[in-house]
Amino acid sequence: MSDKKQVRKLLLGNEAFARGAYEAGVTVASAYPGTPSTEIPEALAQYKGELYCEWAPNEKVAMEVAIGASMSGARALATMKHVGLNVAADPLFTAAYIGVNGGLVLVVADDPGMYSSQNEQDTRMMARAAHVPVLEPADSQEAKDYVIKAYEISEEYDTPVIVRSTTRLSHSQGLVNIGERITPPAKTYEKNIAKNVMVPANAQKRHPFVVAREERLTADASAMADLNRIELRDRSIGIITSGIPYQYVREACPDASVLKLGLVNPLPRRLIEEFAAEVDELYVFEELEPLMEEQVRAWGIACKGKELFPLVGEYSANLLRKVLYNETVEARTVPEIPGRPPVLCPGCPHRSVFSVMKKLKLHAAGDIGCYTLGASPPLGVIETTVCMGASIGTLHGMEKAHGKDYIKNWVAVIGDSTFLHSGINSLMNMVYNGGTGTVVIMDNSITAMTGHQHNPATGKTLQGDPAPTVSLKKLCEAVGVRHVTEMYAFDLKDLEALLKQEVARDEVSVIITQSPCALLKENPPIRNQYKVDAEICRACGLCLKPGCPALTKDANGKTKINDTLCNGCGLCFRTCPFGAIKMVDSVIDQI
Amino acid sequence: MIINCLLAGVGGQGTVLASKLIAQTALQQGLQVRTSETIGMSQRGGCVASHVRLGDKVYSPLIPLAGADLVIGFEPAEALRYLPYLKPDGVMIVSTTAIKPVSDSLAKTDYRGEDMLEALRAHVQRLVVLDGNAIITACGSPKVLNTALLGAAAEAGVLGFGPAALEETLRAMLPAKYLTMNLNALHVGALAYREGEH
Repeated sequence: MSDKKQVRKLLLGNEAFARGAYEAGVTVASAYPGTPSTEIPEALAQYKGELYCEWAPNEKVAMEVAIGASMSGARALATMKHVGLNVAADPLFTAAYIGVNGGLVLVVADDPGMYSSQNEQDTRMMARAAHVPVLEPADSQEAKDYVIKAYEISEEYDTPVIVRSTTRLSHSQGLVNIGERITPPAKTYEKNIAKNVMVPANAQKRHPFVVAREERLTADASAMADLNRIELRDRSIGIITSGIPYQYVREACPDASVLKLGLVNPLPRRLIEEFAAEVDELYVFEELEPLMEEQVRAWGIACKGKELFPLVGEYSANLLRKVLYNETVEARTVPEIPGRPPVLCPGCPHRSVFSVMKKLKLHAAGDIGCYTLGASPPLGVIETTVCMGASIGTLHGMEKAHGKDYIKNWVAVIGDSTFLHSGINSLMNMVYNGGTGTVVIMDNSITAMTGHQHNPATGKTLQGDPAPTVSLKKLCEAVGVRHVTEMYAFDLKDLEALLKQEVARDEVSVIITQSPCALLKENPPIRNQYKVDAEICRACGLCLKPGCPALTKDANGKTKINDTLCNGCGLCFRTCPFGAIKMVDSVIDQI
Repeated sequence: MIINCLLAGVGGQGTVLASKLIAQTALQQGLQVRTSETIGMSQRGGCVASHVRLGDKVYSPLIPLAGADLVIGFEPAEALRYLPYLKPDGVMIVSTTAIKPVSDSLAKTDYRGEDMLEALRAHVQRLVVLDGNAIITACGSPKVLNTALLGAAAEAGVLGFGPAALEETLRAMLPAKYLTMNLNALHVGALAYREGEH
């Protein structure tokens, strides 16, 4: 027995995933940021010296880095959000054939309710298609424990393993028992072409292995008591559940019998049959897709699921009580409240660029990042958003459908990090296939939307080391773009002239608008304060058009600047045709 | 027993940090803690809600509807938005300082915090209205309004610990250069609670 006192810490789910990877002896981790998964590699970065972790330019690269590390014998981790797994799907599906040397684990965070995502896809379905096991923890302690368990399964069954999270788990805090870092069994690289080179002849031999592996895991799953457990209480209701929905079940129906699954792919058939036989009425309570329910029904076990619980959105204890007990909560109803949609921050350079585009009545094929907010009123410039890197390809498709004149009032808008993620491929395509589109790269020197992560153009790594900096201009030139112009994002007049000139051009052109994110804490731009001279202000409202949150109207309709919110970008100062907004000779305190 | 506390505000107001301070203080008191935050795009001026649950058998990270013993409204409209979470006999503390949504300054509508406060007065029996602007003036900065509201919440006696316990947490967690300002805010908040409109 240890005489050391157990250390317990309050950790976010994401911090617990990182702790689990650390304790499991992971030495290589690679990731691309994406809410709600971003804090995992950020928390891993603290173990510099004991493990290596990095930001990759996209999830596919992150996955491949982890695969290589695993092949060489190291325990490796890749983390991403659910849509990032689509990008990483290509290496994942074949890594499932190759298997592992050192343990290979992905932590993938889904977003039921779409708090910050473009779709609500279910990672368990992807994993099922790839024939990769999935563990689903239900709190921070399990987040840590299951990552460690995932490495054991990965090495025992020769397979990559996905640990699935959701926004609610990743972003909630719970107490976690802190353990020691282990040194996993030492493994070295072994040349094994039949296993590691997936050409048809080799893959044809590996596919039956994948099928057999899944059968073996299914057979073993019912005995994995540390992951799957039956909690028998009142037997009139039995609920099969996993992850955060388990917590809702315990909260809403403390007396119900529960089969709590930690391994959700493949499912433990014998255990499910055993549980079904113990209870009168069987329910399956799972967010998003009916993955467990369909399997249970396919085995001929009667259950209730998606006919009662929605396919969309986040679940809750209230939902369960409403469905099972027809209980409606006597919550006080609320009078009408003004909405508070997310907006570009005060001082955001994107607002400046969008204000010029709006003035020119340009349409923009958009992308994923803060600048997607350019679709919201009052800007309304962004007209399409699909996925990371899609802006340039979609604009090119419009041109090829209707000819070059059709896109003379269109641009593609993409951020620096998203451009490096996958936009560069579409730009190559546009040049190669004779497109004439205008691409605006809004370079704010950071991956901003997810909370300021570094990327290959920022000059710094995840663990804080200096790094070479990709020149976006040279990169565009290298793929064959002959007209690349860098411009300060707040240079309204020149930007207007440049946009007019480039959209008219019968050739691909790139405009790189530059100014750091207004919230950047490292090397923030020096900014002056501004004030409105009420004598001069004509209450025309022109400065309000770009929708800066720091500007309001006073009782006379004249503009007022909220000094607390203002980041001193000077957009209003530059927009006012009457010189009513004055620069004050004091610099804004950035702290 | 479970104590449920919901903090509702606007991105940038420090609700998440405030919830961490409550959680840490509760831990020091030997209580079990769970918290959950909706932070998705809130950094861009959207609403933020932090759920803090203290007690032995807490399962869901989210407070159920009509389940909050205490709602701390950092802003009048946000307090009202999360009213459905307040228990019938729960306490609500709200700061009067309104933050206009940007969509409001563009539309012809005029969002007035006072309208929200009126609705709260009509619906909430145990309502404590704190003059946010007076607190900010007394603290010398809007950036410690969160700490002041925590001081008020601790003074209300719902959390199971008082301002002294929070003060310990501040001393343990904050860097020296922010400590004085936050300790002052804590006391300003506690005083504001005693003198506020009940």
